[in-house]
Amino acid sequence: MIWNEHHECMDRQKLAELQGERLRDMVERVYFNVPFYRTKLQEMGIEPGDIRSIDDLKTLPFTTKQDLRDNYPFGLFAVPQHDVVRLHASSGTTGKSTVVGYTHNDIMMWSEVVARSLSMAGITRNDIIQVAYGYGLFTGGLGVHYGAEKIGASVIPISGGNTKKQLQLLEDFGSTAIACTPSYAAYLGEAIVEEKLDRSKLKLRAGIFGAEPWTEEMRTQIQQLLGLKAYDIYGLSEVIGPGVSMECACQRGMHIFEDHFIPEIIDPETCEVLPYGTLGELVFTTVTKEAMPLLRYRTRDLTRLHAEICDCGRTLVRMEKCVGRSDDMLIIRGVNVFPSQVESVLLEMSETKPHYLLVVDRENNLDTLEIQVEVEEQFFSDEVKELEGLRKRISGNLTSLLGLHASVRLVEPGTIERSMGKAQRVVDKRKLK
Amino acid sequence: MIIRQLSVFLENRAGRLTELTGILADNGISISAFSIADTTDFGILRAVVSKPELAEQVLKERGFAVKITDVIGIVMPNKPGALHHALQILTDNGISIEYMYAFASAEASATAVIRTDTPKKAIEVLELHEMELLKAE
Repeated sequence: MIWNEHHECMDRQKLAELQGERLRDMVERVYFNVPFYRTKLQEMGIEPGDIRSIDDLKTLPFTTKQDLRDNYPFGLFAVPQHDVVRLHASSGTTGKSTVVGYTHNDIMMWSEVVARSLSMAGITRNDIIQVAYGYGLFTGGLGVHYGAEKIGASVIPISGGNTKKQLQLLEDFGSTAIACTPSYAAYLGEAIVEEKLDRSKLKLRAGIFGAEPWTEEMRTQIQQLLGLKAYDIYGLSEVIGPGVSMECACQRGMHIFEDHFIPEIIDPETCEVLPYGTLGELVFTTVTKEAMPLLRYRTRDLTRLHAEICDCGRTLVRMEKCVGRSDDMLIIRGVNVFPSQVESVLLEMSETKPHYLLVVDRENNLDTLEIQVEVEEQFFSDEVKELEGLRKRISGNLTSLLGLHASVRLVEPGTIERSMGKAQRVVDKRKLK
Repeated sequence: MIIRQLSVFLENRAGRLTELTGILADNGISISAFSIADTTDFGILRAVVSKPELAEQVLKERGFAVKITDVIGIVMPNKPGALHHALQILTDNGISIEYMYAFASAEASATAVIRTDTPKKAIEVLELHEMELLKAE
């Protein structure tokens, strides 16, 4: 089922014209309302009138996560605060989370793209959808919620966690769809087996899973365990949240809603734009967003785009599952983690030095994060309670900053490898490729 | 008198302790008392050795986190009630014990190595009660 046939199946030439118009309008808005962009554009000698078509996109400046941090919290907003109706934020290094804002129209647009996404999974007003993404500053819960309501489905805003309750509602309410992270879906599936629930009583038929990388093997496993068809959804809060792109029933990549988010693939080193089919860094320009429009936002996600028309009839380009990152960000249980955040916590504590290693693994389908920290000579106490106390303090500080439980293992000094060049800070044992 | 005890941080991994005892052996350091406190992830070795300063130096050179900790050693007869008598003296004087370990020797005596926050006071009260204390080598 196609929610918005006009925009999703648009002739690509017409789409390019629409994108061009919207880009022109957007550049004008950021030029006159966002000092950061005005300065950048002026430095490059670009005026809003110079943007005539979508071909001019490549002349515009990039935006990075660092720019968002530098303009924390509201510096990149293009509208006055009284027009902002929602704020979301993702975790960041101390006091510097990435903040995003939405106007009423932005929320409408977001609901629209999520409605299109859910329709790709065959969800209609006859469905009961259990939204098991976290509700709160994280965009997952509320993003899917509004889109599902727009379709007219019955929404269960259960949020993440509380597995027993999740299972009970799946059974009692007869939820036909569920949205959560793929690892949580697998975890729920195993809980069904463990609790010896009768799966034939469940009515699940579609799952919308995203916010973290997952594999085809996980898809097979989740489909088996939950008895549904599993769909991949992609999004990031800087662009809008979930609903930037989504898999249709053909499952040959995720269709990007290009009338709102214009994708490009660039070489992360040279920033040169690469042709369709080439692996590179995904970049988005949010042409319709009002509160925080971003020019050529570098996602750091590595993927390929494909423009061949899909069997579903949509003309929108498809992106492959992301194969990695062009920076060192990790996604652990849907939470973005940078090794530098761990470093900042260790540096702030007077009892530790920043010799650490992040070990990411997956046990029973849930990501685990262990942080190995060297015991420094001068902080070594020969009393167990002192060392245990230190371990708990580090763990507590990390957990509160990252928004994710981190277990800490104290290791002997000098055992974490020091290399001459880039330090090896991460061991990712999850097999995702 | 105060005994300078060797404390070493040890990760729980195979062969690590053997490595340590090997280093001590190669340097002619003898161990007269020894204990390991263990947790899930790591252990703390505590030992009374013949040359604590040398032990500290050679172990540090080999990358161990080492610390010298002041402890006291009480020598007592190897018979029922002896340890109780010694601990009672400490308790009566408000001296609390962080940790301890004990060993008995062939000459029918036993030694308890005790770590307290107030080693000097502990020595005073024990001497007052004519308890025999372990001497450093």
